Amino acid sequence: MHPAISVIFFTVISGAGFGFIALLGLGWAMPNSALAAFFISLLAGGLCVIGLLSSLFHLGHPERFWRAFSQWHSSWLSREGVLSVLTLTLFAIYALIWMATGERIGVLGFIIAVLSIITIYATSMIYASLKTVPSWHNVLTSICYVAFGLASGIVLAATFGTASYVLGMSVSVLAGIALIAAWGLKLLWWRRADGVGFSDTGSDTGTATGLGHLGKVKLFEKPHSGENYLTKEMMHQIGRKHAKKLRAISVGLGLIVPFIFAALAFVTGAYGPFMFLAFLSMLAGLFAERWLFFAEAKHAVSLYY
Amino acid sequence: MTMLPQTTQKKLGLVIDLDICVGCHACAVNCKEWNTGGYGAALSDTEPYGDSPTGAWLNRIHTYEVTPEDAPASIVHFPKSCLHCDDAPCVTVCPTGASYKRSEDGIVLVDEDMCIGCGLCAWSCPYGAREMDPTENVMKKCTLCVDRIYNENLEEADRVPACVKTCPASARHFGDFADPNSDVSKMVADRGGINLMPEMETSPVNKYLPPRPKTRPESTGCGSASAASSVVADKGVLGWLDRALTSLDKLG
Repeated sequence: MHPAISVIFFTVISGAGFGFIALLGLGWAMPNSALAAFFISLLAGGLCVIGLLSSLFHLGHPERFWRAFSQWHSSWLSREGVLSVLTLTLFAIYALIWMATGERIGVLGFIIAVLSIITIYATSMIYASLKTVPSWHNVLTSICYVAFGLASGIVLAATFGTASYVLGMSVSVLAGIALIAAWGLKLLWWRRADGVGFSDTGSDTGTATGLGHLGKVKLFEKPHSGENYLTKEMMHQIGRKHAKKLRAISVGLGLIVPFIFAALAFVTGAYGPFMFLAFLSMLAGLFAERWLFFAEAKHAVSLYY
Repeated sequence: MTMLPQTTQKKLGLVIDLDICVGCHACAVNCKEWNTGGYGAALSDTEPYGDSPTGAWLNRIHTYEVTPEDAPASIVHFPKSCLHCDDAPCVTVCPTGASYKRSEDGIVLVDEDMCIGCGLCAWSCPYGAREMDPTENVMKKCTLCVDRIYNENLEEADRVPACVKTCPASARHFGDFADPNSDVSKMVADRGGINLMPEMETSPVNKYLPPRPKTRPESTGCGSASAASSVVADKGVLGWLDRALTSLDKLG
């Protein structure tokens, strides 16, 4: 599939934003001044909003985006939009109360945390629900999206948080565990994606044309000699060329470098700077990971070409 | 509404006879011509006279080589357009309600004024039936020539999709699959009409008639002496000549 930069940016940045919001909602200890509350809330909400705005650049008619809130009863893309707005609205209320009173309301925070995770899940389902792209069409896709959202949220929360220990663990240890867990799940995803082909449905050019019972079916001539929307959108080739290198880069920047920074934070106690560097590196790694998520995905329509 | 109707009163669609199609691309050309001036935005091209012309088409004709295990390959021309599926995934994924299936006749359409051009419907379609218009940035697809088939300004004979009307080989047929006595239903029953990628569970309305089995000579060898000697003509002048020349073998 064509890896659109706007969509890659959207899924990575919004994922991190909602992951961060989830941890704020769950009560991750934060500096307790009104000003800190303002900037931390602005950062969390800002990541989500920037991501969502970026996704509009992917649209042919961005000015009609509001129509996308209407079909939540059947469309995951619509659900994602509705859930984003709902979660961000509640988070805005939560943040205002936090700024005004210094109180973070636990129940509201918990609801926001749950909604944030559901929102990331809805983003993942835009892709995981497509039967036409077998490497996406699996629960592992959703698990990876949520895991990466939460892991980047934890790394970011460790940057700004005041707690050195969460769940009885140093926050940098917790971040390290989250990184390993998320990338471990991604390795499982990659392993499945590499082998799945069209085996889930058993589709091949024979079933696509209905001519399989007659013999071996091979394309003899394309409909047109040039490229078309389908070949450009569903049969993206260039992105796959450097897949192996990009996987190494994504693991390097997304897992190994942040892990080293988390270790440095643990050793030096300087959580803020090291965890922030870990977060930036992780985002870079996730951009490469998300590029491959699209570029390597094979669509059923390729069976016709 | 992007919810699919439970059932549709009619199931209008096409039968495409792969045994007859000669791959002339006339259906695609007439489709392009009719639909660039008909329903919705013009079906545009970018660089139509330039070095690399591209554009939106609602119908494209692929050509396949089919090789049986025990016979030479044959060529099958394969026109492909929207199949107006009963369980159309392109309809349910649409976030705006621009994509819909009509309950009265089952035609799947896009309301172009509501389309945000996200492209998700094209991603959800296994058949590649939807294409983004490169200048209008809205999704285009086969309308089954909804602006022809009910158009009372046209002669009744012309109230069929442009591709059907234009096919010089009569490889394309239009009708109601909900009516078991319609020509298209009978054709599908007689010839074992098939669904494309039934495993994608889209329940397509359009059906394809597979090529009829080829007649196969007893021997498929190409002009070898052993193959020729098994050919026997037993009647008429050829029979006499065959027997006479065979008897020469005995003299030798």
